[in-house]
Amino acid sequence: MKRFALISIPYLWLLALFLVPFLIVLKISLSDTELAIPPYTPTLDIAQGWAGVREWWAGLDMENFVWLTEDDLYWKAYLSSLKIAIISTLLTLMVGYPIAYGMTRAPDEWRPTLMMLIILPFWTSFLIRVYSWKAILSNEGLLNQLLIGIGLIDEPLVILNTNIAVYIGIVYTYLPFMVLPIYAALERLDESLLEAAEDLGCSRFTAFWLVTFPLSKQGVIAGSFLVFIPAMGEYVIPALLGGSKTLMIGKVLFEEFFANRDWPVASAVAVVLLLILIIPIVLFQRNEEKQREAGK
Amino acid sequence: MSDAAKASAPVFEPWKNPSEKPLIRFENVTKRFGDFTAIDDLTINIYEREFFALLGPSGCGKTTMMRMLGGFETPTEGAITIDGQNMSAVPPNKRAVNMMFQSYALFPHLSVAENIAFGLKRDKLPADRIAARVEEMLSLVQLNKFASRKPHQISGGQRQRVALARSLAKAPKLLLLDEPLGALDKKLRQDTQFELMDIQETTGTTFVIVTHDQEEAMTVASRIAVMDHGKIVQVDTPAKIYEEPGSVYVADFIGDVNLIKGMVVKSGNDHASISWAEGQQDLIGIAHDEIPHGTDATLAVRPEKVTISTDRPEGVTNALSGKVLDIAYLGNMSTYVIETANGTLIKAQAANTRRISRRAITWDQQVWLSFTDTAGVVLTS
Repeated sequence: MKRFALISIPYLWLLALFLVPFLIVLKISLSDTELAIPPYTPTLDIAQGWAGVREWWAGLDMENFVWLTEDDLYWKAYLSSLKIAIISTLLTLMVGYPIAYGMTRAPDEWRPTLMMLIILPFWTSFLIRVYSWKAILSNEGLLNQLLIGIGLIDEPLVILNTNIAVYIGIVYTYLPFMVLPIYAALERLDESLLEAAEDLGCSRFTAFWLVTFPLSKQGVIAGSFLVFIPAMGEYVIPALLGGSKTLMIGKVLFEEFFANRDWPVASAVAVVLLLILIIPIVLFQRNEEKQREAGK
Repeated sequence: MSDAAKASAPVFEPWKNPSEKPLIRFENVTKRFGDFTAIDDLTINIYEREFFALLGPSGCGKTTMMRMLGGFETPTEGAITIDGQNMSAVPPNKRAVNMMFQSYALFPHLSVAENIAFGLKRDKLPADRIAARVEEMLSLVQLNKFASRKPHQISGGQRQRVALARSLAKAPKLLLLDEPLGALDKKLRQDTQFELMDIQETTGTTFVIVTHDQEEAMTVASRIAVMDHGKIVQVDTPAKIYEEPGSVYVADFIGDVNLIKGMVVKSGNDHASISWAEGQQDLIGIAHDEIPHGTDATLAVRPEKVTISTDRPEGVTNALSGKVLDIAYLGNMSTYVIETANGTLIKAQAANTRRISRRAITWDQQVWLSFTDTAGVVLTS
C-alpha cells in the first residue's frame, strides 16, 4: 500500500499537470469558435444531466483538423519549423561539441570556472538575453558598427528580422543544453582508451573519430534532442529576432490564440505539434535508457 | 627456437653474451616531471625474446619507464633506442611496440573481435587477412566463443585476455604489459602467469612487464630489474635476485628474509664472517668482494634455508640458539619465530612432513638454528 502511494505521486503529478491540460486542449480543438466567453462552443452543461452530456458530445467534431490540412499556412509553418529546428540543432552541435571537448581537455582547476561560464547566462532573464541580440544584430547594431569600423564592409549587413537571426538566437539560447550532456559523456571517457588507440596505430585525429566521437554519441544525441524539441515550438526567438518571412509554428499558434481569438484552431495546432514532437521525445527516452544500460 | 640457436645457446642468457645486440637500450635516461625526478640517469639493455620485469613499489618510476618505451613520454635527457633506432621523435602510432594497459583500455563500443582487429585495420590490411589474424588471436587466448560480445559482457579474466590478444595482434617487436594481472584474483592470476609465459614463448615476442608483485615477477621473468626512486637497484635473473640480492633493499623487497646486523670480522675467499651478538658464534655468508674488517654489514638469509632443531647441530658452520616465540602453521609448512638472547628475531621455515601431533617443537622451547655458509649473503648496502 505504501509502495502504491509512493508510485502514485509522480502519476498524479503527470495526470494533473500534463494529461488534464492536454485533454482540455484536445476538447477545445474539437469545438467551434463562438463570440462568447469562453470563445468556443459547446460547453458542458452538467445541470441538464445526461442529455447535456449527449448534446456536448454531439457538438464536437474534427473540423479544425480538416481546416489545418486545407490552409497551406499550417503545414508550411510545421515544415519551416522543422527545418529551422533541424538546422539550428546541427549548428548548436557544431558550436557546442568543440566547447565541451575543450572543457574536458582544460586543466582540472579551470573546469569549474568554465562550467560556470556555460551556466551563467541562465541567471539572466531569457527574454532580456534574446532582446539584447536585437541591439547586436540590427543595421545600426554593434556587429555592423564593428564590421564597418574595421572597414570589412561598407553597407550594414541585414541580419535582424531574417532566419539567420533566428538561428543565432536559437544556437545562443540552447547552447548549454548541447554542451552539458556532451561534456558529461566526454568527461567519463578513459584517457587510456585514446592512448590505446594511438598505440595501435591511430593518429590523434583518427583516434578522435574512432574512439572519442563514438563514445560521446549518447551525449550528442541527448543534447540534440534537448535543443531540437524546444526549438521546434519556439515562439519568443522568432517573434523577437525573426522577420515577417520567418514562419514558425509557435508564432502561428500565438496569432491564432491572441490575434484571431480562434481557440479551437489554435488548440488543433497545438495538438498536432505535440503529436509531431512525441516521436523525438520517445527516441530521446530510448537513448536515455540505452545510456543507463551501458553505464551499468 | 631453431636447432642451431638451441645448440649455441643452451640456456637463454643473451645478456651474458657481449656480441649480442640489445633490442632496447636506455642510455643515461633521465625523466623529470617539474621538480620530480621519475627516472634518474638510467642505463640498461634489454634483449630480444626476453621476458623482462620492472619491479618496484609504486612511484619508483617503473611505469614511467614503460610509458617512455610506448612513446607516451619522452626522456628529459638521454636516449632510448629500439632495434638500433633512436625513438625520441617517434610517436606511439609509428612504433613497432604495443602496450597492454593496466585498465585494459578495451574500446567499450566495439566487440571483442573488433577490438582485436582495431590495430590491424589501421595498417590497412585486406579484410580476409584481418579476419584470419583475429581468428588466430582469439584461439591463442581461447576466446573464439566470445568474439561478438562487448567488453562489458565478459568477465574480468576474459577482458584481460582480449587486451592481451589486441596488443599481440600486430605482432609487435616489443610488448609492454602494465600490471597486466593486477585486477585478477589470486587463483586466476597464477593460471594467467603461466599462460603469459606460454604465449611469450609461442610468439617469440619480447615482453617488458611492470609489476609491484614480486611473486609475479619471479614467476614470469627471465630477468628482473628492481627499481627504487627512479634508479635500478639490481638487474638479474629471478634466482640470483632471490639467492644473492645485492643490497638490503632488494633482499627485503623480494620475499621473506632474516636481516642480521653485525660487523665484519673476516673476509675473503668469497665469504665473510660477521660478529653479531655477544655469546653467539660468528656467522658466515657469501661475499664476492672483500670487505674491510670492521665494516658494518648485514647478513641476509632466507627463512627456508634456516634449519631448526632441538639439540645443538654437529658439523655446521652457522649455528645460533634462541627461544621459540611464535609458530605460524601454514599447512604445507610452518614458520617459527625465534628470539635470541639479544632480542633479535629470526624466522625459520620447516616443511610439515609429519603430522602436527608428532612434531617436537613448541612455544617457549630453547632451540638451535643452523644454516650453511652459502645460505646467506653479507651485504654492506
